[in-house]
Amino acid sequence: MPYRIKVNGRERTVDVDGDTPLLWVLRDSLDLPGAKFGCGMAQCGACTVHVDGAPTRSCVTPIESVGKAAVVTIEAMSADPIGARLQDAWVNLDVPQCGYCQAGQIMSAAALLARNPNPSDDDIDAAMNGNLCRCATYLRIRQAIKHAARGGKAAS
Amino acid sequence: MNAPAPAGGSRRLFLKTGLAAGGGLMLSFGWAAEGDAAPAAAVNAYIRIAADGTVTIVSKNPEIGQGVKTSIPMLVAEELDVDWSAVRIEQALADQGVYGRQVAGGSMATTLQWDELRRVGAAGRQMLIAAAARTWGVPASECATSPGRVRHLPTGRELGYGALAAQAAAMPPPDLKSVPLKDPKDFRIIGAPTPGVDNRAIVSGQPLFGVDVRIPGMLHATFAKCPAFGGKVARADLAAAKAVRGVRQAFVVEGGTALDGLLPGVAVVADGWWAARKGREALNIAWDEGPAAAQSSQGFARRAAELAAQPPHRTLQADGDVDDALKGAAKVVEAAYSYPFLAHAPLEPQNCTAWVRDGKVEIWAPTQNPEPGRQLVAKTLGVAAQDVTIHMTRCGGGFGRRLNNDYMVEAAWIARAAGAPVKLIWSREDDIQHDFYRPAGFHHFKAGLDKAGGLVAWRDHFVTFGEGEQYARSAGMNASQFPSRAVANYRIDVSTMPLGVPTGPLRAPGNNAFGFVIQSFIDELAHAAGEDPLKFRLKLLGEPRLLGKPGEGDSFDTGRMRGVLELVGEKSGWGRATPKGVGLGVAFHYSHLGYFAEVVEAAVSPEGAVKVRKVWVAADVGSQIVNPSGALQQVQGAVLDSIGQTLGQQIVIEAGRAVQSNFHDFPLLRMADAPPVEVHFLRTDHPPTGLGEPALPPLPPALCNAVFAACGRRIRALPIDPAALKTA
Repeated sequence: MPYRIKVNGRERTVDVDGDTPLLWVLRDSLDLPGAKFGCGMAQCGACTVHVDGAPTRSCVTPIESVGKAAVVTIEAMSADPIGARLQDAWVNLDVPQCGYCQAGQIMSAAALLARNPNPSDDDIDAAMNGNLCRCATYLRIRQAIKHAARGGKAAS
Repeated sequence: MNAPAPAGGSRRLFLKTGLAAGGGLMLSFGWAAEGDAAPAAAVNAYIRIAADGTVTIVSKNPEIGQGVKTSIPMLVAEELDVDWSAVRIEQALADQGVYGRQVAGGSMATTLQWDELRRVGAAGRQMLIAAAARTWGVPASECATSPGRVRHLPTGRELGYGALAAQAAAMPPPDLKSVPLKDPKDFRIIGAPTPGVDNRAIVSGQPLFGVDVRIPGMLHATFAKCPAFGGKVARADLAAAKAVRGVRQAFVVEGGTALDGLLPGVAVVADGWWAARKGREALNIAWDEGPAAAQSSQGFARRAAELAAQPPHRTLQADGDVDDALKGAAKVVEAAYSYPFLAHAPLEPQNCTAWVRDGKVEIWAPTQNPEPGRQLVAKTLGVAAQDVTIHMTRCGGGFGRRLNNDYMVEAAWIARAAGAPVKLIWSREDDIQHDFYRPAGFHHFKAGLDKAGGLVAWRDHFVTFGEGEQYARSAGMNASQFPSRAVANYRIDVSTMPLGVPTGPLRAPGNNAFGFVIQSFIDELAHAAGEDPLKFRLKLLGEPRLLGKPGEGDSFDTGRMRGVLELVGEKSGWGRATPKGVGLGVAFHYSHLGYFAEVVEAAVSPEGAVKVRKVWVAADVGSQIVNPSGALQQVQGAVLDSIGQTLGQQIVIEAGRAVQSNFHDFPLLRMADAPPVEVHFLRTDHPPTGLGEPALPPLPPALCNAVFAACGRRIRALPIDPAALKTA
């Protein structure tokens, strides 16, 4: 059946089964492939998007549960001040190896900085522990989040 | 999968020049047999300099996260003498006839291309100088370059590369063997930390990966295979699958019996992946399981213990007389070690998009090894190899898994049957349960020490998988690993048992297991000898010398290993006192031409929980680190990858199938468990070599040796079982 959802500020209509995960609606129906499929059971975080600002695993979020909530994906992050700072930190600190998980990492990091602009190491670990990186770029991810939290300025 | 020898003198690198579209310089390279002319057709347009000065360099190898798409063009740009910011990178098609070796494997990209591709870049620079000299009517010897420009030194006149490109294209290419290369002290790009060229696209969610491929009219597929390896489809409810909304087709693929080819299964093709998955769930497949269904990890362990008690099937290497030396030894130490099957689990599940039209196959695939994929697709579909085009997408991880192209042939077959472009995506469960696993293995050591604590005899009875002389894939052993040739009496025996489970190379194949067993057992010997584990290792390495013959892949430079071992000892503060429940462990390993020593500081709680507090790495990969940013990433990544493996990963086989299925029971390391990893590169006067793999093998033994130092329990089987470390 048709579902009307709000993605990256735009109203979109998709005609899919209600149990279709948001991830596959974004990727297959709306041509927004930034959120990645990694596990299908909320174990890896590669599919993370924001639903009303909360980091959400889109692979286990049925489209019928989204309702009027605002969905934001990595594709819209450069227009978000925190998202853009994180993206710049990720690029300049050379965080990615294969890069597959990084969209999900940035979405989790952006939600963290939105509610906690100056996170400690423990805050970062707690917020990011649901996002796997198979290449294990964790040390750089931590560094990049702190860098972005400082507004992109080097540590004093 | 250890390093193949770089191509010897029987072939020569040649250069071809031409005019690029729009009037620029185009440089192609290739190889011909010594004495043969360059083949007319070979044009790979490897470097292009446009009239506006833009430089395009082709990235010819698969990018799996090891950073070659950045580091290899850096070699070319350095010698071409251009600004890195003026360089654009273009991913090559898979075509070994045009580009040469295109494999992400063996950590060989730097080793093989360090010299050759710098010469290609340097030749381009010479041609631009020649073009400028002709323009000005001056000798080329009076000209020099600064990034992107040629300067006539006596007059100070300058011309940009863009303005010279068309004329340079008409210059004869210089002799590659004698083309001058930069003095490393003048490097501006090589040795500068350089962010990955795809970083911006990655962080903004651009479609780069195999799963992101989108072709107009494309359908989506799932493919169900028998959970027990080697099984076939007995029955499937195709009608039920087709009844699912969005499903277009469902059909049985007969497939064959080769585990690395097209296997039997049921394909569901739909408008979207979710519909294809729902269709698959409706199939209710009955399987006809093969003989592997009787196999299990438990059964393998039982059989390995039986074989270890019997005379070995054969001897791989025998130096001196081990039995005699053991009889005369002051102390004999015996231990049995084992390690499990492991999955690769790259975060991007296996996938491939294929389109078969007019007898031609077009493929978009994340692959580490496209050429065998082309051959497999051609053979299975009965088309000519030259009618298979392969686009190499960025790979969301590789780790050796994508050296196999099983998912490629599946997509090609399903797409042809569907009569439309099809994107096949495996589920994570498909990925974990249909991998080519790092083979499990069993080692039975016996060693003798003399009165002074010196090693006088070393014996390993390795029980592995295979039949007769034939090992299961990646289940063999290079018997010339250290301490081979460092101990007078040394013997490696081997016995094999049959295996129906597919196996293959995992990051640092062989070495990822041998490092653990050898360096753990050496630790036991150090303690038996009453010596400090690091000092015992230095004594074992002895005077700096080469074990084996120079230039041979398995020769081992004890001096280089001493260098990194001493360095890691110094940096980690080896020998310092640690709090109760905390210990330091050390290990070294040589693989992929790299010398690595690592120290782990680990804490073991009374409940048996292991926490890695810090890791120190000392590495010798030669005279130059090409991209220090990527290099650090590779080393830290390998170390953290290995911590995850050592602490929690295993694939258990029961009834011929993998028990584990997703990240809940095959856990990867998470951020909270990632300790600081301090890395030191020791520069030595040796050619630069690769970094994707060799940092991994020393970690498991260094960690297990740290656990021993922390709590006195010796780990002889992986992964570490906290229950066995419990003291409370």
